[in-house]
Amino acid sequence: MRTGRALLLVAAVAAVTAVGGASTARPGSSHGLPGSSHGLPTSSLRAIQPTQDSRAPVIIASKPFAESYVLAEIFAQLLEARGIAVDRRFGLGATEIAFGALREGAIDVYPEYTGTALAAILGEEMQADAEAVYRHVAGTFRERWDARWLAPLGFENTYAIAVRRETAEELGLATLSDLAREAGGLRAGFTPDFIGRSDGLPGLRAAYGFEAAEVLPLLQAVKYEALVESGVDVIDGYSTDGLIARYDLVVLEDNRSFFPPYEAAGLVNGDFWRRRPDAIAALSELSGLLDEERVREWNRRAESDGDPVTDIARDALVELGLVVSDGGETVEPDRAESVPARESERGSGAAAASAQSPVVGFASYMWQNRTDILGHARRHIVLVIISLGAAALLAVPVGLMLVRVAGGAEGVIRGIGLVQTIPSLALLAFMIPALGIGVVPAVFALFLYSLFPILRNTYTGVRDANPAAVDAARALGMTPAQLLRHVRLPLAAPVIMAGLRTAAVINVGTATIAAFIGAGGLGDPIVAGLALSDTRMILSGAIPAAALALLVDGALGLAEKRVAPGGVAVE
Amino acid sequence: MTTQSDPALRAHEAVKRYGATTALDRVSLEVARGSCVALVGESGSGKTTLLRCFNAMVRPDAGSVDVGGRPVESFDPVVLRRGIGYVQQEGGLLPHWPVLRNVGLVPWLRGEADAEERARGALDRVGLPPARFGDRWPRDLSGGQRQRVAIARALAGSPEIILLDEPFGALDAITRSELRRNFRQLRAEMGVTALLVTHDLHEAVELADEIAVMKGGALMQVGRPEELLNAPAHDYVEELLARAGVG
Repeated sequence: MRTGRALLLVAAVAAVTAVGGASTARPGSSHGLPGSSHGLPTSSLRAIQPTQDSRAPVIIASKPFAESYVLAEIFAQLLEARGIAVDRRFGLGATEIAFGALREGAIDVYPEYTGTALAAILGEEMQADAEAVYRHVAGTFRERWDARWLAPLGFENTYAIAVRRETAEELGLATLSDLAREAGGLRAGFTPDFIGRSDGLPGLRAAYGFEAAEVLPLLQAVKYEALVESGVDVIDGYSTDGLIARYDLVVLEDNRSFFPPYEAAGLVNGDFWRRRPDAIAALSELSGLLDEERVREWNRRAESDGDPVTDIARDALVELGLVVSDGGETVEPDRAESVPARESERGSGAAAASAQSPVVGFASYMWQNRTDILGHARRHIVLVIISLGAAALLAVPVGLMLVRVAGGAEGVIRGIGLVQTIPSLALLAFMIPALGIGVVPAVFALFLYSLFPILRNTYTGVRDANPAAVDAARALGMTPAQLLRHVRLPLAAPVIMAGLRTAAVINVGTATIAAFIGAGGLGDPIVAGLALSDTRMILSGAIPAAALALLVDGALGLAEKRVAPGGVAVE
Repeated sequence: MTTQSDPALRAHEAVKRYGATTALDRVSLEVARGSCVALVGESGSGKTTLLRCFNAMVRPDAGSVDVGGRPVESFDPVVLRRGIGYVQQEGGLLPHWPVLRNVGLVPWLRGEADAEERARGALDRVGLPPARFGDRWPRDLSGGQRQRVAIARALAGSPEIILLDEPFGALDAITRSELRRNFRQLRAEMGVTALLVTHDLHEAVELADEIAVMKGGALMQVGRPEELLNAPAHDYVEELLARAGVG
């Protein structure tokens, strides 16, 4: 019963995390089929704060989708090849968190798209001219936030309406106008994001008169499969999706130039831009070098082949002629001893695993990555313990105080309960200006989420403790303080402990979102796995998180029994 | 100034209101030292409210309430309560304290060195050998045993006054009459003044020197049982006696 409840909780939190990640990752987010292993650097424990040291590592971030990981890793390896140290903060929540962190100087650079900047950050009307959009966005960002756009990387990642090749051939579809003509007989599967955005379905309807027989909302993760399996006939993809190439789909031409431009470029903090001309010069080497075909191929390797992002970026830099290959082994000496060695070991493991059952394969994957997973778990536990401890230290005394003040207590508790209703990503985004990103805001958010169950249980436990016993003890001359210490508190202890237990289990599940602000923990492989469509990677975070929740639930269940005073039964 | 002639408990024109309802409507009552008065009436008639005025658990809105000739509000309520025994219907034993510790509550609160000894004595007096019952948890006792423990706890501090709120109300008939006998004996031995709330007229007749009948917050009549029978001051008193089949 308890076990089931804990599992459900973790599953629910993981689901919320997943949906949050999927719906905010735009453009270029492509969750598709399970892939394989990826090496991701573990983030360090300290919170990231703006740094003044010109030789400090350059803090490179990405958003939580495959292309953003690949581009950020290319940035990172290019800088390393030019002798500049970097600190990777990949998989930051979404646009508002990544850009918020950049604005506050908590990160130095991350790859962004002009269309996203225009629509999501500036909230302005879309324009068709790519160059005009870039100029407008770059000018406005510099003026408003002192943030600089580096020159465009050379490719766009815009919406791509795709159909199966046989559908295209059968109906003679080449453009969106052709599609609109035949739409009455087709089922469309679009992401909820696309269905709602003005530059999505509503705009498509207006521009082309597109009216499908049926529109199904589909999540990223199942979209391509639904199309390939003929569950739907049309989907919205992104022009650089690796899966377009993999499934041999036809992307219909936007013959009326309806979709706005989403040019990719490095977005950097203004202070960093002035302080580190060396890094800016190195990053600018990438200007104009990338094209959609290349990026689509890299994305395909990341999403379908499960190649490590580090390998893809290394090959990309060689392919672009920015780094000289030394025989296909390693490019940068300082990474040679760590990541690539692990990757090659992992590669052979994956090959061996493919011949085994999925369970054995997964077990060996977990074993090969045990160091990383243990590191994530340790960080996870640290986040939970600090936030839960602080919440208990505050909520228990406040709960006791509220019992004494009688009036207004319910209001205070309900007010704190409101914190529970703030979506976790929104809460994290709110806190960036004050706390930056990293461990500190993550702990603070978890602390806030833990307050309510502890406070509520302390208050009701103490208030409702055996009224007859409390009345008799008072009538026989106990002072209020004696009543609290000798009667109310001991009788409420199991209830308070139950509140702590609820908070702990919620906390363990919610701590997975810490990954969205670069605080690490078991959410790291979950977020990265979602971005890279890597089921094993997702599970390597989700299963230990669930196990941890069960462990915490069990341990605190025992504690609940231990704190129950003698003579009082706990079921 | 307290003198021997002052009644142990005295309420004069006591009024208590809870919002729109009047729980006590100018009630005046005296309980002589060493006597036992039973407050009878239906639930909601104000019996418990009146009882709790005497240990400062309820503060009247108007009128005066004295204990031993002294106004209740002149006492430190904690000190006053430690000097008055109290038994409630549910017993109100602390569930997380063993029986002996429950019984020794008041001596322990007063910081008396012989608290445990007194608790043993009190437990013995209510017919529960401390060696057998002292270490038990309240939940391991029968209902009757729990009420005995509650009475022992009320008497362990050797109070001059004891307040009882339906002390036998939740018990079966046999246990009840046994406990009544036991209580009457104890009171006789210890000479303690008692105010007893009950809705059971038989109990009132058996235990009390005087019966006070309450209705709707007002005191209808106070008198010895035979006075009430022979000269009911009010139709309600007559009706109540007739209904209970007392006579």
